[in-house]
Amino acid sequence: MSLMRVLSQGLATFLSLLLAPLFLGWVNQNRAWLQNRSGPGVLQPFRMLHKLFNKDSVMAQSASPLFRFAPYLVFACMVVATAIIPTLSTDLPLASAADAIALVGLFALARVFISLAAMDIGTAFGTLGARREMFVGFLAEPALLTILFCASLIAHSTALTTIVTNVGQRSFAIYPSLVFAGIAFIFVFLAENARVPIDNPSTHLELTMIHEALILEYSGRHLALLEWAASLKLFAYSTIGIALFLPWGISESGSPTHLIASIPVLLLKLALFGIVLALVETLFAKMRIFRVPEFLATSFLLGVIGMLTYILLGS
Amino acid sequence: MTNLSLELINLFAAILLMLAFAMLAQRRIVTLVHIYALQGLTVVCATSVVAYVTHQDHLYYSAALTLVLKVFLIPYILHRLIRRLDVRWDKETLLNIPSTMLIGIFLVIFAFNLALPISKLSTSVSPGTLGIALACMLLSFMMMITRSKAIPQVIGFLSIENALFFAATSATYGMPMVVELGIALDVLVGVFILGVFMFQIREQFESLDISNLENLKEE
Repeated sequence: MSLMRVLSQGLATFLSLLLAPLFLGWVNQNRAWLQNRSGPGVLQPFRMLHKLFNKDSVMAQSASPLFRFAPYLVFACMVVATAIIPTLSTDLPLASAADAIALVGLFALARVFISLAAMDIGTAFGTLGARREMFVGFLAEPALLTILFCASLIAHSTALTTIVTNVGQRSFAIYPSLVFAGIAFIFVFLAENARVPIDNPSTHLELTMIHEALILEYSGRHLALLEWAASLKLFAYSTIGIALFLPWGISESGSPTHLIASIPVLLLKLALFGIVLALVETLFAKMRIFRVPEFLATSFLLGVIGMLTYILLGS
Repeated sequence: MTNLSLELINLFAAILLMLAFAMLAQRRIVTLVHIYALQGLTVVCATSVVAYVTHQDHLYYSAALTLVLKVFLIPYILHRLIRRLDVRWDKETLLNIPSTMLIGIFLVIFAFNLALPISKLSTSVSPGTLGIALACMLLSFMMMITRSKAIPQVIGFLSIENALFFAATSATYGMPMVVELGIALDVLVGVFILGVFMFQIREQFESLDISNLENLKEE
């Protein structure tokens, strides 16, 4: 029995490792299609990872051990995060290991280390990227917490598994507070994953970039790990969104057969989510960095109003 | 009285509150008019649900009237006004937008607290919506205060009326038909007069900035 649970956890983690670059590829492909380009294909992130893993890693002379160590830590954080979020089943060994607040903390840990590593070399771009990353992060984190609290008010628990089982099992009901939380979540999602209104993921060497500036000094396998971690983060956030707002179809037993049965539903939801994300990115222009506080303040306020409406309307 | 319809009314109330905040945050005047039309549509949907639940036929008429007036006619007039006055942007709000939104939150808390004891007395379909309607009204008030141009102020005024109408339908099953007709006509005439007024302001000062009116006092 215990062996089976470990097996299903392994299967779920392996699947998220595999699905994350695929999801990124799907989003980019959709974006290309929407912009009348043929696009690089869904498998492009895998090709890039393969290329980067086969290259030598070059280190700056002034690099400290922190710089070498950070990619592994960031990657590990993201893998643990995807294991904690109930993507396929709510009954996995790691799913109950941490609640939503610890999950936000895990993302924060990764963010701190990638920013420290970016400042470590001492180039202007790295420092600039690190500052902006922390700037976006400290605004996005409270917003994400209020969104999670909106959902936990309904489920009376901050554990993601309880939220999923609570909303998924109950008969269909409309929660006005989740409407606010849903819109706020899209804002935070775009900011945290460096997508278009905040940061353009497809540029290099521009003064406006955030994510690319952070990882500018990395190469070879370190860069591959960081890129993989970024796609895992995108995947993790998408699955948080699915767990909070569309939890139907997530299996409640931890056996591998049930896990495999819930894969098609997850794929369908991710495919739809990818299309929506590509649409948002195509419709909106990148905003000035000084508009970012306004953007994220709006999302924080929407989260707070969500909680308030829950208290007022009692539903 | 089914559970679903109560949830629907609550949902529409929440959407109304969200649109009020969207209005507060929006700088572009054309988008403001779109949001106003959406707000009207939400009120129409909410009114229809209340009419269906309570079997009050006159609410259907008032919903239809709202649809024609606030979703089509008034936004059309406003669009024409904007095109003819050639104002697309409201450049400077008097307070910057994040702090406006923060004050907005406090207004919402205040309105909810204020409405809580009243809604406990109420026996209507959904007592909770009264607080939301009050909050929308206060937010529209604040939008009127923080904008310096004339058109956003007019839109703020119109959305106050929307919130009042929503409060009336959800808390008390609507006003008598005569009153509703009167208010609807008042709003329409108000928009016409304000439109003429805006042309006059621009003719006089070559700008739509209301602060120019302060120069009118006699020495």
